[in-house]
Amino acid sequence: MLSKKNKEILLGPLSKNNPVIVQILGICSALAVTAKLEPALVMAVSVTAVVAFANVIISLLRNTIPNSIRIIVQLVVVAALVIIVDQVLKAYMYQVSKQLSVFVGLIITNCILMGRLEAFALSHKPWESFLDGVGNGVGYGIILVIVAFFRELLGSGTLFGYQVIPQQMYDWGYQNNGLMILPPMALITVACIIWVHRSRNKDLQQ
Amino acid sequence: MNKQGNTYTLIYTAVMVIVVAFILAFAAIGLKPAQEKNIAIDKMSQILNSVNITSTPEDAQELYNKYIDDSFVVDANGQLVKGESFSMNIADQLKLPENQRTLPIFICTDDSGSPKYIIPLSGSGLWGPIWGYISIENDGNTVYGAFFAHQGETPGLGAEIEKPQFQKQFQGKHFFIDGAFTSIAVQKAGQKPQNGADYVDAVSGGTITSKGVQNMLQNCVKPYAQFLESLNSKNI
Repeated sequence: MLSKKNKEILLGPLSKNNPVIVQILGICSALAVTAKLEPALVMAVSVTAVVAFANVIISLLRNTIPNSIRIIVQLVVVAALVIIVDQVLKAYMYQVSKQLSVFVGLIITNCILMGRLEAFALSHKPWESFLDGVGNGVGYGIILVIVAFFRELLGSGTLFGYQVIPQQMYDWGYQNNGLMILPPMALITVACIIWVHRSRNKDLQQ
Repeated sequence: MNKQGNTYTLIYTAVMVIVVAFILAFAAIGLKPAQEKNIAIDKMSQILNSVNITSTPEDAQELYNKYIDDSFVVDANGQLVKGESFSMNIADQLKLPENQRTLPIFICTDDSGSPKYIIPLSGSGLWGPIWGYISIENDGNTVYGAFFAHQGETPGLGAEIEKPQFQKQFQGKHFFIDGAFTSIAVQKAGQKPQNGADYVDAVSGGTITSKGVQNMLQNCVKPYAQFLESLNSKNI
């Protein structure tokens, strides 16, 4: 099931080929939903589910899709999956769905999705495509969660909504950094992650 | 069949669209009851917010049933008319001429025992709709609490209207000055409205959203003027 090649497909996007910090895709949603851990995690799971299943569906259909409308077919598949995810969130996780608001709908425009469908699923078998989708979704999710961890910890003093910085620290004059809540700090946090990542992987440096 | 031909492409598209439409229709219908329940609970929690009661999604329904003991609909003359106030769409009502609107009101009796009258609001901000609820004491004049929400105002600027700091300012403000209806103004800090109305400080950097709140109050509460006056003469 997991040959060496498949392992590479699954694990590659987690580090060496990460969609966010190496390919710099999907940055916009990484900025928007990472002020708190919970929406970031839900977004990560949603994107992983959508990209994995879209990859499988496109891969199954790959020999039937007429070349002239392949982008349209990809879009329809992605859009349908995203609408289903949105409806499920509205039905079972209403508060999170309210926080994510338009960003669930905007998964459709996440470059990672179309990129994987076009570059991978159209030319590979369903199982490999599924692994590729999961790998890329998780690779995207890891970065989201790391960014959200720092933004929530430093910006609100909480993790998953629970207070982790003790009241005593505030009594001693510690202040939450309101700047961390604003979108630009996500960009700077992502940049710091890229910095650390590149300095550990010399072969990625240009 | 030629897979690159036009006939194949057309049939492929048609089949795909029909299949996807069916799947989405089933998903939408199947999940609708759960979604509507969530929306109703969210609305209850918003109404409770306007009378300064905070609730969680779990206890909103219980608290709503406990505190909101009546709701009814009046017309522009303050007379009772038929209608269901909870499901009424305020934005649709605002499109009608003022004398044809039906005006929903919720009554809340909290632990202090005196009834509060809750009026739903609907208006527009900079990027999209804003809405809210404002509760008025039984003198028909003094604001007891206010709640505002928005769809997509700028975070940190216009979106500040949903913060308690902004909403708390409305408490104790008056809708009638010298017996005439004068809506509460939302003014740039340091300025005063010329007509002598009660005012609150606007959100700095959120001028258009603040103006939206001011217009929303004016448009949505004014039709209730008759009702509020009769409340005033009855209770004072």
